[in-house]
Amino acid sequence: MSEPTDLLNVQIDGIWYQFKKGTRVIEACAQAGKFVPHYCYHPKLSSPGNCRMCLIEMGMPKLGPDRKPALGPDGKPVISWIPRPQISCAQDIAEGMGVRTDSPLTRECRNGVMEFLLINHPLDCPICDQAGECQLQEYSVEFGTAGSRFLEEKVKKPKRVELGPRVTLDDERCILCSRCIRFMKEVAHDDVLGFASRGSHTYLTAHPGKLLDSNYSLNTVDICPVGALTSTDFRFKMRVWFLKETKSICTSCATGCNTIIGTRENVIYRQTPRENNAVNSDWMCDYGRLNFHYVNSAERLKIPQVRDSQGLANVSWRSALAKAGEELKQYQKDGVAVVASAKMTNEELWLAKKLIDSLGTTYHDIVPRFGEADDLLMSADRNPNTLGAQLFGVTGEHPGAKLQEIAESIGSGEIKAVVALGEDLTQIGLTASQLKKLSTLIVVGILPNETTRSASVLLPACAFPEKRGTMINIKGRLQRLNRALQPPGEARDDWEIIRDLIQQLTGSNGIYLIEDVFKQIADTIPEMKGLSFSRIGDTGVQLVDETEEARAAAVTV
Amino acid sequence: MASTTRTPHPREKRIIFKNIDRPGWTNDIECYLHDGGYEELKKAFTMKPEQIVNEVKASGLRGRGGAGFPCGVKWGFIKPGGSKPVYLICNADESEPGTFKDRYIIHQDPHQLLEGMIISCYAVNARLAYIYIRGEFPEGAKILEHALAEAKEQGFLGKNILGSGFDLEIYVFRGAGAYICGEETGLIESMEGKRPYPRIKPPYFPAVLGLYMCPTIVNNVETLCNVKHIVRIGGAEYAKMGKPNNTGTRLLCVSGDVQQPGYYEFEVGGITIGELINDICGGMKPGRTLKAVIPGGSSAKVLNAKDRYKIKAKQPDGTTVELEMGLEDIPIDFDTLAAAGSMAGSGGVIVMDDTRDMVWALNNINEFYAHESCGQCTPCREGSLWMKKITERMLHGGGVEQDTDTLKTVADNIAGRTICAFGEACAWPTQSFIDKFRDEFAATAGKKGSENGSTNH
Repeated sequence: MSEPTDLLNVQIDGIWYQFKKGTRVIEACAQAGKFVPHYCYHPKLSSPGNCRMCLIEMGMPKLGPDRKPALGPDGKPVISWIPRPQISCAQDIAEGMGVRTDSPLTRECRNGVMEFLLINHPLDCPICDQAGECQLQEYSVEFGTAGSRFLEEKVKKPKRVELGPRVTLDDERCILCSRCIRFMKEVAHDDVLGFASRGSHTYLTAHPGKLLDSNYSLNTVDICPVGALTSTDFRFKMRVWFLKETKSICTSCATGCNTIIGTRENVIYRQTPRENNAVNSDWMCDYGRLNFHYVNSAERLKIPQVRDSQGLANVSWRSALAKAGEELKQYQKDGVAVVASAKMTNEELWLAKKLIDSLGTTYHDIVPRFGEADDLLMSADRNPNTLGAQLFGVTGEHPGAKLQEIAESIGSGEIKAVVALGEDLTQIGLTASQLKKLSTLIVVGILPNETTRSASVLLPACAFPEKRGTMINIKGRLQRLNRALQPPGEARDDWEIIRDLIQQLTGSNGIYLIEDVFKQIADTIPEMKGLSFSRIGDTGVQLVDETEEARAAAVTV
Repeated sequence: MASTTRTPHPREKRIIFKNIDRPGWTNDIECYLHDGGYEELKKAFTMKPEQIVNEVKASGLRGRGGAGFPCGVKWGFIKPGGSKPVYLICNADESEPGTFKDRYIIHQDPHQLLEGMIISCYAVNARLAYIYIRGEFPEGAKILEHALAEAKEQGFLGKNILGSGFDLEIYVFRGAGAYICGEETGLIESMEGKRPYPRIKPPYFPAVLGLYMCPTIVNNVETLCNVKHIVRIGGAEYAKMGKPNNTGTRLLCVSGDVQQPGYYEFEVGGITIGELINDICGGMKPGRTLKAVIPGGSSAKVLNAKDRYKIKAKQPDGTTVELEMGLEDIPIDFDTLAAAGSMAGSGGVIVMDDTRDMVWALNNINEFYAHESCGQCTPCREGSLWMKKITERMLHGGGVEQDTDTLKTVADNIAGRTICAFGEACAWPTQSFIDKFRDEFAATAGKKGSENGSTNH
């Protein structure tokens, strides 16, 4: 807890509160439950104070003749109010400060600013993608007036500007709050945006010859309070109020940015970042954000299949699983290999290890994925759950170290059967003809590839937004995925498929719910003792103190 | 630039303008030295910097750029012994419509400015100073460059100036043509190579976080020239000119409907508006009468000649009396003009006669501010253009009944709610024109427009 000296007394709308020293006035108001409307202010960016929406009345303690605050009948300082309204976004609180967030002057200021912001705004809400999540709409309801006194022609500005490959700009809707400019400069470190011209004719633009093509460009769309910046991918696809929002995490790299998945009628329309200061602040990269379209693919595997003389044929889950069990039972220990994926959840990986143990094979690994790390959010490890795969023994200290041996043993014929969990074996260097040589190839997957086409048993599974489960990110943080969509067709949860495969080999195992799997893990892994899905919460749990290496490899936002 | 050479009026007290239009005077350093130039600099070096600051404080010198902030107090914000360098910037971005005094100093007496600047830099311990001159003054920039080279050659700039141990370099920085660059924090942003968006205060007070986030003093040309004369005669003696809290002399730029517009220098408060117009400027044009005066540059509130002004004045014994006077009886000083509801501002006195259409006049001012609003903060950006559009429509015969009230409330929603004083600068004209000439505005509703400035052309 803070030392008492770190707390300052501030009067907000007549009531005295205590806040930590260094708190912004606007934040103090929020903590006191007094919302102060604002456009340009963003807690993760510098405060330019330009929108003037957060004007409030402010005062400081009146000093008595002894230069000490004069006290009123209630024993509290008497406040001497500053006649001019003050912005609340750029100042820290001070001892004895007074704030009025709902006075006639404050209301008049907000009303005035709203009017100014709307006179040159196109008011094209019916065709604007921001409608429904637009602060201009929201505040005009709360702080504006229904009619307009503006009889003049509006200022004309550029429209449908492709600021970059993923962001479309409508300058007429822009309220010039400069959030996007500041984000690109202060967070993305790619200072490509700026204002041109001046006065009411000012417009946002990329610097001449430059594009807003940063891998973080879509965050500007998130923080744009109006419909000026829209996602070229999402715009015109779906009204935001129809979207069902599911809290989840991004699985495109080991960082595990917290997300909100927007879906409607079992279709995913967008992913947006969700604040988690231990992971991704308020941001996520464009690559991860847009890496979901395959989930909606018409090619998704929907029905279990078993190979007969004619090729792959649709069968029931019962037959497919029975067939898989029957085939796997034929092999001695190292005659079978398990190639798993670090894109799998902890629960899936835990069960995958159980499967490996049931088969008794030493040939098992995951397929590593590496790229360039940036200095922001993206990890070099593009698999989201490498730590989980290591923790449960699906892979070793060096993920992928066994893959070459597995590939060679398949080539030599020593390995006759492979269980491929969510990975395409051509990724580890095997050719289609080598895959065809396998007597048994059990494939759990979501989209067709060379491996699924060579399968003897093909079991359709879930993509990440269709799953519940947990993952451990590069910093050792346990986080939760939530189901935003139902899987297509007859596709099943991966953990259920693996559980059923184990059952085929060993008989009933008493696991009926994914919570049962997590309980097994929590009972076994000391760092996870006592945890449950609900205890992990929306923002995860740090399992181990961050190591130096993890910190070095991890994100800095 | 062609200047209207004119002998100073006997009532003038020319100190800063002593050499302006002086027969035989040239702007080179020989002429300046021959006339005793840079002697005050030598005197300054015999004083300690804090002594000079104290003299300036004692002089009561108030800033001549428009705000009238006490110069010594401003300098006092610079704490000696700080770890960061101190910068001094001469604000030569003279852009306020109706104001044309600094350009004459720069053109005809640049060394007076340089001497004042060097002394000021010594006083606040600035080792690097800039003259920020507006882009529209290319000739002035050239003259200053030349004067700086001359001063350097004579050892008044550079290392160990006149053996004092004090080093100083001064550079000319040319603006790119924006009124907002005259706002000191906008000016600083501009010098840093950015858009001249004024900074929010707090925390960015120039004396604390100025140029490159270092303590910075920004003073107007005329203000800095005054420093030389304060050193010459001493702060106490200087304070005897003018009146208490309104000391020294003031350069006035008279424009508009008078017989002899031009620039003049008087003791502060030493002349009334009526005397200025009638005795100094040759009176109104034949057959015309005074209608209105904007006393301190276009952003100052307009004063109606028909009104009576109640002015609280401090008596020598400390008591206050309320005096009632007509417009022509108002003495031109900081406090009286403020009490009359306007300001001394930048010294630009704009005189309008009975033929002037007030809607036209306000629209003229509104056009300027709508064009010059930097656009950073909402009220000024949107409000300045809105006001201009309304007055323009009124002028062209499209006035409607609610225009007057709309104009007034738009202006009210700007003043006091913006990042910098431009908000007031663009709102005050509208507020005051409507306050003082409401009938004229109301009368435009449903009327055919007049596009020129006077109704009897």
